[in-house]
Amino acid sequence: MHNISIQELEAIRDKMAPHINFRHEEMIGKMDDNYRIHVCVCGGTGCTSSGSETLIKVLNEELEKNGLTDQVQIVKTGCFGLCALGPIMIVHPEGSFYSRVTPEMIPEIVKEHLVGGKPVTKYLYKETVTENGTIGYDQTHFYAKQNRVALRNCGRISPEKIDEYIGTNGYFALKKVLTEMKPEDVIQVLLDSGLRGRGGAGFPTGLKWKFARAYDNDQKYVCCNADEGDPGAFMDRSVLEGDPHVVLEAMTIAGYTIGASQGYIYVRAEYPIAVKRLQIAIEQAHEYGLLGDNILGTGFKFDIGLRLGAGAFVCGEETALMTSIEGNRGEPRPRPPFPAEKGLFQKPSILNNVETWANIPQIILKGAAWFASMGTEKSKGTKVFALGGKINNTGLVEIPMGTTLREVIEEIGGGIPNGKKFKAAQTGGPSGGCIPAEHFDVPIDYDNLIAIGSMMGSGGLIVMDEDNCMVDIAKFFLQFTVDESCGKCTPCRIGTKRLLEMLERITKGQGKLEDLDKMEELCYYIKANALCGLGQTAPNPVLSTLRYFRDEYIAHVVDKRCPAGVCKDLLKFVVDKEKCVGCGLCMRNCPAGAITRTEYVAPGHKLASVEIDPDKCVKCGVCMGNCKFKAISKQ
Amino acid sequence: MDELRPVTTICYYDLGGKLHQMACKVTTVPFRGTKEQEEKLLAVIAELRDTPGALMPIMQRAQDIYGYLPIEVQTIIADQMNVPLEKIYGIATFYAQFALAPKGEYRISVCLGTACYVKGSQPVYDKISELLGIKEGECTPDGKFSLESCRCVGACGLAPVMMINDDVYGRLVPDMIPDILKKYE
Repeated sequence: MHNISIQELEAIRDKMAPHINFRHEEMIGKMDDNYRIHVCVCGGTGCTSSGSETLIKVLNEELEKNGLTDQVQIVKTGCFGLCALGPIMIVHPEGSFYSRVTPEMIPEIVKEHLVGGKPVTKYLYKETVTENGTIGYDQTHFYAKQNRVALRNCGRISPEKIDEYIGTNGYFALKKVLTEMKPEDVIQVLLDSGLRGRGGAGFPTGLKWKFARAYDNDQKYVCCNADEGDPGAFMDRSVLEGDPHVVLEAMTIAGYTIGASQGYIYVRAEYPIAVKRLQIAIEQAHEYGLLGDNILGTGFKFDIGLRLGAGAFVCGEETALMTSIEGNRGEPRPRPPFPAEKGLFQKPSILNNVETWANIPQIILKGAAWFASMGTEKSKGTKVFALGGKINNTGLVEIPMGTTLREVIEEIGGGIPNGKKFKAAQTGGPSGGCIPAEHFDVPIDYDNLIAIGSMMGSGGLIVMDEDNCMVDIAKFFLQFTVDESCGKCTPCRIGTKRLLEMLERITKGQGKLEDLDKMEELCYYIKANALCGLGQTAPNPVLSTLRYFRDEYIAHVVDKRCPAGVCKDLLKFVVDKEKCVGCGLCMRNCPAGAITRTEYVAPGHKLASVEIDPDKCVKCGVCMGNCKFKAISKQ
Repeated sequence: MDELRPVTTICYYDLGGKLHQMACKVTTVPFRGTKEQEEKLLAVIAELRDTPGALMPIMQRAQDIYGYLPIEVQTIIADQMNVPLEKIYGIATFYAQFALAPKGEYRISVCLGTACYVKGSQPVYDKISELLGIKEGECTPDGKFSLESCRCVGACGLAPVMMINDDVYGRLVPDMIPDILKKYE
C-alpha cells in the first residue's frame, strides 16, 4: 500500500459516509451495496463479557440459513454505554434497541424482524416500547439527555475498519491542520475552545501544548495516558475499544503542533480488547500512510508506539508514566522541571488523557466557538462519566459540563434500585470525595466539584445508598492508596498507612474521638507534603467523609455501632424470639456452632426459639440469609 | 502450600565479569524452564534490545513465555541486557502484574474496584478464599487455583465481577461460587 493522497482520503469518505449515516440521524448520499439493514452488536468489554461474540456467531449462521447475507450487514461496534443491559444489539435504520440479548432470541429476531420487518417487542428494551409503537434507542431517557462528542463514534462504527472512521470525517482534522493551519493556529483554537485535561486535574490543553512548543529540541514526544487506573472509570477504555483512530489522529495533530515525530500510548495491560484494537488501528494507519513518513503527501512525519502498563496505579501520574515508558520502576519525579521542558527521555513532552484526545479532532473541524458553547463558564464542552454502583443504568454517559448530579443520577441513571435511599456519590476515584444529597443540584464542573471537597478525576461516578458505610468506604480507598503508593516519598508511604490504621481501629470499635481530629491533621499534612498527585489527593476520601458524614464516624467511635450494618466487628446478629418458629435450620448451618436452643416457646409456635452466642458468632450472616421467617437481623 | 510462599535468599549474578550478590525474595518452587523457553526469550531480547525503554516489554514477554518471572529468568535478562539484577528485580517487584511465583492452572481474580466493592465483591472474594483455603496471591497445593484481587476490569455494568483465566463471571453472589468452581475441578 502506498501513502494515500488527500483526494483518495476524500474518495474513501464519500464512499463510506452514507453507510455510517445509515446508522444515524438521516440518510445522506447513496450506499454502494445492497445492505438494507445494519445490525450493530456491541463488542466492548462489558458486552463481550456477557457473551456478544456468541451472538455474532449465531447471527451469522441465521443470516445464512435465511439467505440474508447480502442484505443484512453485521457491524461489531464499540461500547453503546448502557452496559447494564448488555449484550446490546441495535437494528438500523429504525434504531431498534434489543437488550440483554441471548443466542436463543436470535432465530426469532431474524425471522420476525429482519425477514418480516416487525421488531420483536418482547426482546426490546422496555423503555423503547410505547403505546404508540416502538422508539429508537436514541430517544430513551438514557441517551436523549446526553451529548456525545468524545463517544460520538462508539457504537456507531466498526473500530477495526479505518474506512468507517474516515467515513465520519475521520483524519480530516489532520488534513485541515497539515494543509491549512500553522502550529500557532492549532494552539490558538485549543486555547479559545477552553478544553481542559480530562484526566482529572483539568489543566488547559492549549497551554500545555504551547509550553512544549516553546522549548527547542531535536526530539520531542507526544504521549497518551491510557493507564486508566481509577477503579470504576472506564471511559478511556471505551474510546480505545470503540474509536481508536480518533486518538491516533489527535496525537498526530499534536506532533505537528509541538514539533514531535514520535508518540507513545501507554495503555493498561488489563484492557486486552483495547490493546488489540489499538494495534490494528496503528497497523491500518501505517498502510494508508496516515502514520509514518510523508503523511498525506505533506512531508510531515510521525509515528506511534504502544507501551503496556503492568498494574501500577501511580503510573497514571504524568512523570511516573514517563519513567515507566523509559523501562523503569514507575516512580514520579519532582516537578519542576515540568514534562513540557524535560519529560520522556529528558526531552520536551506532552501527555494527554484519552478522552482529551478524543475531543480534539472535533474541535479542529467544528471550531473553538462550537466547543465553547457547551458547558459552564470555566469548564467547556462535555464530560464522560462512568456510572456505577447502586444505580439502575450502569454505564457510560457523556453530558455537557454543568449538568447537575440529580439529572445524571435520577434521569439518565434511572435512579437507585430496590427503592433504597441515596446516600452519596463518589467522584474522582481514590483522589476524590463523597458528595452527599445536599449537593444534588450543584452543576458538575471542575471548580464546583473541588469546592464541595471532591474532584472531577477521570470521571468515575459511583453511587452509594443507605446500605454503604461511609467509614468503610474511606477505609476502602485508603487501602487502595496504601497498596498503590510507590514508596518514594515519606508523607505518602507512611502517612497513608497511619491513616489506614486509624480507620481500621474505628471500624473495629476501638477508635477514640480525638482520633478524628488527629486524622484531619494528618490528612492536611499529607496533602501539603506528598511528592505527586497520588499522595496529595489520597486523603480526600477521608476528609470528605469526615466533612459530610461525621455522624457516622461518631456512631462508630462513641456508640460502637455501624449504622449501615457493614463493619463486621460492630455487628451483632440477634434472634427475634417472637418470630422464631424453632425450625433449627440456622443451628444446622452455623459454621461456628454459635446458635443454641432456648427454653422459650413463643405464643402460637410449637418449638422453642434459638439464640446466638455473640462470643462464638463469626458474623458470616448465613443464619440470616437462610431464615425463612425473617427472625434474624443484624444490628 | 508453604513451599509456594517466597523466602528471602542471596542471589549471585555476573556483571562485567565480576560476581555481585543481592538479597531477594524467591519462590522455593524449583525452576523448570526448558531450552526452548530460553531460546524464545533470547530471541525476544535480540529483537527488542535496541528499542528505547526495552526492559518492561522484555519482561512482559518473558512472563508470557514462562508464566512467571523467577529469579533465574530475571538473571538471564540482566546478563543479556548488561544491567544489574537489582534493577530487573526492582521493576519485577514494583508492578503488580509481574509474578515471582508460579500461578495456578486457573487464575481467579476478583474485582475489588469501587463499583464492584459497593455491590458486594468482598463477600464473594471471602467465599472463594474460604472454599479453596488460600489467601491473596496464593495457590492451592495441587497447583490448580490461585487467587488474587484486581482493581477494575472495566466491566462495571456486570458488577460484582471475577475472572477465571479469560472467562468473565458477572452479577455474582457468594452462593454462586461453589457451582462455578466445580466447572474447573
